[in-house]
Amino acid sequence: MASTETYPDELRYHPEHDWARIEGDEATLGITWYAQDSLGELVHFEPPDSGATIAQDASYGEVESVKAVSDLITPLSGEVIEVNQKVVDAPETVNEDPYGEGWLVRIRLSDPAEAEALLDAAAYRHLLEDA
Amino acid sequence: MSFLSLTEQDREQMLETIGVDSIDELFEQIPVGVRLGQALELEPALSEPELVVHLTELAARNIDTGREVSFLGAGIYDHYVPAVVDAVLARGEFLTAYTPYQPEMSQGVLQAIFEYQTAICELTGMDVSNASGYDGTTVAADACYLARQATGRSRVVLTEALNPQVRQVVKTYAPGFGLDVVELPHRDGTTDPDELRAAAGEAACVIFQQPNFFGCLEPAPDLAAAANDAGALSVAHVDPVSLGVLEAPGAYGCALAIGEGQSAGNYQSYGGPHYGFLAARSEFIRRMPGRISGETVDSEGKRGFVLTLQTREQHIRREKATSNITTNQTLLALAGFVHLSWLGPQGLRELGETCLALSRYAKERLSDAGLELVFPEKATFKEFAVRVGRPGKEAIRDARAAGIHPGYALGRDYAGLDDALLVAVTEKRTTAEIDSLVEVLAA
Amino acid sequence: MKLLYEKSRPGRRASSLPRPELPAAEVPEELRRASPPRLPEISEPELVRHFTALADRTFGVDTGFYPLGSCTMKHNPRVNERVVNLPGFRDLHPLQEEDASQGALELMWRLQEILAEIVGLPSVSLQPAAGSQGELTGLLLMRAYFADRGEGDQRREIVIPDTAHGTNPASVTMAGYKLVDVKTDPRGNVDVDDLRGKVGPQTAGLMLTNPSTLGLFDEGIEEITRIFHEAGALMYYDGANLNAICGISRPGDFGFDIVHFNLHKTFSQPHGGGGPGGGPIAVREGEAFRLDYERPKTIGKVRGFCGPFGVFVRSYAYIRSYGPALREMSEVAVLNANYLLARLKDTYEAPFDRLCMHEFVLSGRKLKREHGVTTLDVAKRLMDYGFHPPTIYFPLIVPEALMIEPTETEAKETLDAFADAMLAIAREAAGQPELLKEAPHVRPVKRLDEVRAAKQPVVRYRFEQHEDPQGAGEARQLEAQKGA
Repeated sequence: MASTETYPDELRYHPEHDWARIEGDEATLGITWYAQDSLGELVHFEPPDSGATIAQDASYGEVESVKAVSDLITPLSGEVIEVNQKVVDAPETVNEDPYGEGWLVRIRLSDPAEAEALLDAAAYRHLLEDA
Repeated sequence: MSFLSLTEQDREQMLETIGVDSIDELFEQIPVGVRLGQALELEPALSEPELVVHLTELAARNIDTGREVSFLGAGIYDHYVPAVVDAVLARGEFLTAYTPYQPEMSQGVLQAIFEYQTAICELTGMDVSNASGYDGTTVAADACYLARQATGRSRVVLTEALNPQVRQVVKTYAPGFGLDVVELPHRDGTTDPDELRAAAGEAACVIFQQPNFFGCLEPAPDLAAAANDAGALSVAHVDPVSLGVLEAPGAYGCALAIGEGQSAGNYQSYGGPHYGFLAARSEFIRRMPGRISGETVDSEGKRGFVLTLQTREQHIRREKATSNITTNQTLLALAGFVHLSWLGPQGLRELGETCLALSRYAKERLSDAGLELVFPEKATFKEFAVRVGRPGKEAIRDARAAGIHPGYALGRDYAGLDDALLVAVTEKRTTAEIDSLVEVLAA
Repeated sequence: MKLLYEKSRPGRRASSLPRPELPAAEVPEELRRASPPRLPEISEPELVRHFTALADRTFGVDTGFYPLGSCTMKHNPRVNERVVNLPGFRDLHPLQEEDASQGALELMWRLQEILAEIVGLPSVSLQPAAGSQGELTGLLLMRAYFADRGEGDQRREIVIPDTAHGTNPASVTMAGYKLVDVKTDPRGNVDVDDLRGKVGPQTAGLMLTNPSTLGLFDEGIEEITRIFHEAGALMYYDGANLNAICGISRPGDFGFDIVHFNLHKTFSQPHGGGGPGGGPIAVREGEAFRLDYERPKTIGKVRGFCGPFGVFVRSYAYIRSYGPALREMSEVAVLNANYLLARLKDTYEAPFDRLCMHEFVLSGRKLKREHGVTTLDVAKRLMDYGFHPPTIYFPLIVPEALMIEPTETEAKETLDAFADAMLAIAREAAGQPELLKEAPHVRPVKRLDEVRAAKQPVVRYRFEQHEDPQGAGEARQLEAQKGA
């Protein structure tokens, strides 16, 4: 896979290996480098419908590699306003660029305060070391 | 007799390498309280010749189709199995291979499954087939599970003219799937499309059989349309050897096609093992249960085959799998594919035409002899129901005394048909045998 | 190698059929087949060569060592093939009258009695078509049992260890139950402390394989039984690993209420490239439920007719070949496995410091860390040595897992050759890792692209992309040449 192991500081992380980029009352969601590395090359992305409501800590979709399926766990609650069609068409984009082109969905936050429960990059890296 | 290869010397050397004094030490991890402590109470071992004598004696007490002319059908049929099927199945590689998880070791099996899948798609007019299900009953349960996941609805409609065992098995699986089952009565041997449309309003799927259990031809395109109108998946349960003369379910709008494969390539074998088939339109590919062989390339660009979309299956998706099926019926499905290839499109058509012609001859001769067809107005394929003027069981007893099994006693499954037999006429029957059948039944 | 469809030529045909001289019977037009299915048009010689070539590209137990864990790839006796083809079995219709099927019925009854004796549970049903179906049947029995006692709504959970085969959780879902996971402790036993907190009045039962997929007999089985029975729950035994304990220990004796057998594992039904199998069940007496549809408390039918009868014939013949010496079958299975473990555990990592039973698990973690080669690479390289690889990446709790089950029918020389190959591969991993990474080298294909197969599924021959079967084009060319 193309990318090197990074965990950008400006993102917030969920222990199930999902990230959120928060911009005002909206957030962009995806999976971390660790998640895509564990799964291997992604072959399928099953997204939620646009307009769907998703709740923090719950599954909002799935990604699949040849040998594994993984639930996507949302770090934050909200309404889905956009699904990344590029990943639907070419799931391997997530492996190449998990934090940029490989974003999965954008949501409008229903409770921005939820972000306080998330891990910062240092805390997430720490969690990975213990794994 | 045993099938072990170790010598005494081998055992000693091995125990030494392991570092124990006896085999008993290897079992010390079993708590004392749960050890058997005595020999199994089983009959003494038989040598190979003795074993053959014993099994031959048991087999001799069964009246098989070589000893009695058989018009018995009702889901399992006396079709001719060509010699090439036996020859292919005798190859030890096919017989003793496992599920092809390591594709580079199993290209033969994977390609054979791919070819089988293609044949099933061709017969049924569908886009994707799995590598087989257990039999013609459990694939109906599989279809209901798929339909439930696909539509979110929790009812299934089964026609009463669908094989009774298929309905029984669906009803066994239904509570665990969270499904309720509605059965739609037949009208004079077939199903009414308007009644089906009305019943299917909340249904995930509707399953009808073509030809149905009575051998009658259902108005299949209308039934499929009725199910589709009601928003339910239309599922046709079909006879593979009828599909040279009967239209493919995919051509008349069905979502899924399922059935019992035995008629294509399997001996009757007292009910099993056989194979069920399940095929669907392409939109359902990710919901398919069971193994699917897919085409790909190797690292040098050469074509090869692998099990694909394995993330549907239990070994990966576990509690969210599309099915728990693992071991299926590959060898029997392979037999089916060999048979279908032996037939070819011409042969399959001729087989269907022969069944049609012979069964029509039987119907006419029985009618001429004064026996009443149960559904005289309905077109049939290779089976039909006839009233024999007395309890079916009695007619069977008398016919068998003359060396003929005349058919299945329908009274077992349907009210008002205690005096009716379901008579199956395959390409193995001759007009002379049919004449004899008429003679014993009319007597 | 070409597909049979690519060898098809218009007008070729292998079949011959009787054609009675009778008027044709027409199918009503709206039901008639409009265009014929594109089945292969092939002669018998071509057909036989094609399947011979396919067989040549398939590796079976008949070909060589096949140590897949929990699959029990033992030799399949040939006498079984002879007896299953006796016309009295092969050509018998399942709806034949009872008086005309006494041989079949007696064989089934005898097999039931034998299976009951082997596991120590008296009531047997032969109906389920495979182990997975046996599991589902057992769970449906549990459901009916508790519903009958008025506890159905209360008991919604089934406990399964984290080493369980994937069919267990899949069956749990299909039966409408909820899954509760229990951990494994450092000795490879179910973690009894973790278990205690998870079993209660909400529990319907446990599904357990013993020995487990780690190849280890659970040393705490008596305590586990106590916990479940005290909570009023049932114990279900997954018989996939029964090859380890026949004649030595019986699940009915160590507390299980429902058991399924895999006739295609322990009892020699050949695997057939993916089936058929047989998954009979045995249950405790008393509140026993039956699978005959006409009995009052039945859960109904799970499969057509009596089950896969041909499989019964083979398993029955197999067991009658051993008699009480079935015990020796298990003893040698366990001996062979421990021997391989002893030869391999210093080079590969054995996660548990214990003797194993009929199978064992190794970890390829060291090779990955030190040389960057994975268990997958080891598996592909084993192919070059003429062996079928063991099970890989299962059970899930062991990283880079290799699950090895030799079975009792293997000769010591075979075991040694396999161990030597594994040791050689470990050395190659250090010195020439590319040999592993590019393996296999000697199979009909190189490593296959499974990602592509999943992203662009091609699951049938695409006639539409191969429009002109060479026949038509070539024939035209020949004609043109003749004319020149």
